[in-house]
Amino acid sequence: MPDKPRLERQAMCDRLAMEFQNDWIVNLGVGMPTLCSNYIDDSKEIIFHSENGVIGYGPLSQEGHEDQHLVNAGGQNVTQMPGMAIVHHADSFALIRKGMVDVTVMGAYEVSENGDFANWRIPTRKGGGIGGAMDLAACAKRVFIAMEHTTRDGDPRMLKRCQLPITAPGAVTMVATDLGLFLVKDTGFELKEHAPGWTLADIQELTEAKLSAAPDLKEFRFRD
Amino acid sequence: MKNKVYPDFDTAVADVPDGITFMSPGFGGVGIPRNLLAALHRQGAKNLSGISNNSGSMDDKVDVGTLIQAGQVKKMTCAFTAPTHPSQITPFVKMYNDGDIDAELVPQGTLAERMRAAGSGIGAFYTPASVGTELAEGKEHREINGRTYVLEFPLPADFAFIRAWRADTFGNLQFRLTQRNFNPVMAMAADITVVEVEDAIVEPGELDADNIHVPGVYVDRLVKIPNDGIWD
Repeated sequence: MPDKPRLERQAMCDRLAMEFQNDWIVNLGVGMPTLCSNYIDDSKEIIFHSENGVIGYGPLSQEGHEDQHLVNAGGQNVTQMPGMAIVHHADSFALIRKGMVDVTVMGAYEVSENGDFANWRIPTRKGGGIGGAMDLAACAKRVFIAMEHTTRDGDPRMLKRCQLPITAPGAVTMVATDLGLFLVKDTGFELKEHAPGWTLADIQELTEAKLSAAPDLKEFRFRD
Repeated sequence: MKNKVYPDFDTAVADVPDGITFMSPGFGGVGIPRNLLAALHRQGAKNLSGISNNSGSMDDKVDVGTLIQAGQVKKMTCAFTAPTHPSQITPFVKMYNDGDIDAELVPQGTLAERMRAAGSGIGAFYTPASVGTELAEGKEHREINGRTYVLEFPLPADFAFIRAWRADTFGNLQFRLTQRNFNPVMAMAADITVVEVEDAIVEPGELDADNIHVPGVYVDRLVKIPNDGIWD
């Protein structure tokens, strides 16, 4: 089973980005989630929000054309889009706390079947990196998680209960891992799409929490 | 109108005493008052408490980490007491692990709102951020219209060091794009606000009154970044 190919990070983020709807305000966390902005669907207008006060930024800047005053949450130089607006940090989080962000996509160390997730502190480190994750997780309409299905040591990340200090309780609605796409339901994790070649039983073996099959369980959807 | 322009950075920070609390803005490397922090490093004030989004970056540019590395800071209040990746060992991380510096970890939106509260006469506020996490432990909780919030208090400072795009001599400020980040709320929250200016310091009346991001009444000192200053 470990020899079966797993999904690439870009495919995982493509799949989450397919869920973005027209006119949504989308906030992408640092790291893997920024790959969601590489998925372009011309039939939808997405407003990308970054916590440092940008509402409506565009793609990453071309090399040599960076504006040193314009960066996204990861400190990457991005471009201006027509209609972009800039606010200061407190107003940027005012928008977040009001619940205007339709979805925030974040990475995580662990997600539990009740929708808790942990992404700010690991036990081997004294400090933590919260950034805007707690504000976003508590207030965005939806929280999507993009993460590897297991740790580097092969331990499951999808758990009955998080072992690490959580970022927010009951916040996660959808998870993309390198083995498939999962919904968080009242009854726990539901496998909606599996990576090619992987069965529910295969994936269950690498998952601590109990998985159920979605009524329309099918193979993972890739970019067209 | 009062002219708040100082001749250089060293003069602008010469009287910063030991033991004060200071604010240092910046996000993703943009909007950091690197020239003022470099001057404070030269000036040598000690036992400082810093308030910033992070606790210093991995690059070798001047930021709050420069003061931390020099042993000038005893406590940081920030949203990152660890960098985003475990492989990144900043000067702060070493000192924090060894118990040589204290820290208070605050969610970023709460951090910004606590500054706004300090700068606008708000006694405290309730926020849903951190509810149900260990950061909310010991804090007053309140249910309002079916939702649980935690009580958070204002975060003032003695000094704020600010990086602006343009200013007039009275201290009205304008920022450019994401340079703005924490700068306006820090300028409002501090007793003494010292600003380094990138583009120009012009005469009062030359900036459009409808496009002032921080009114000059919050600002005390201004220095134009010279050609040989720190620009990035």
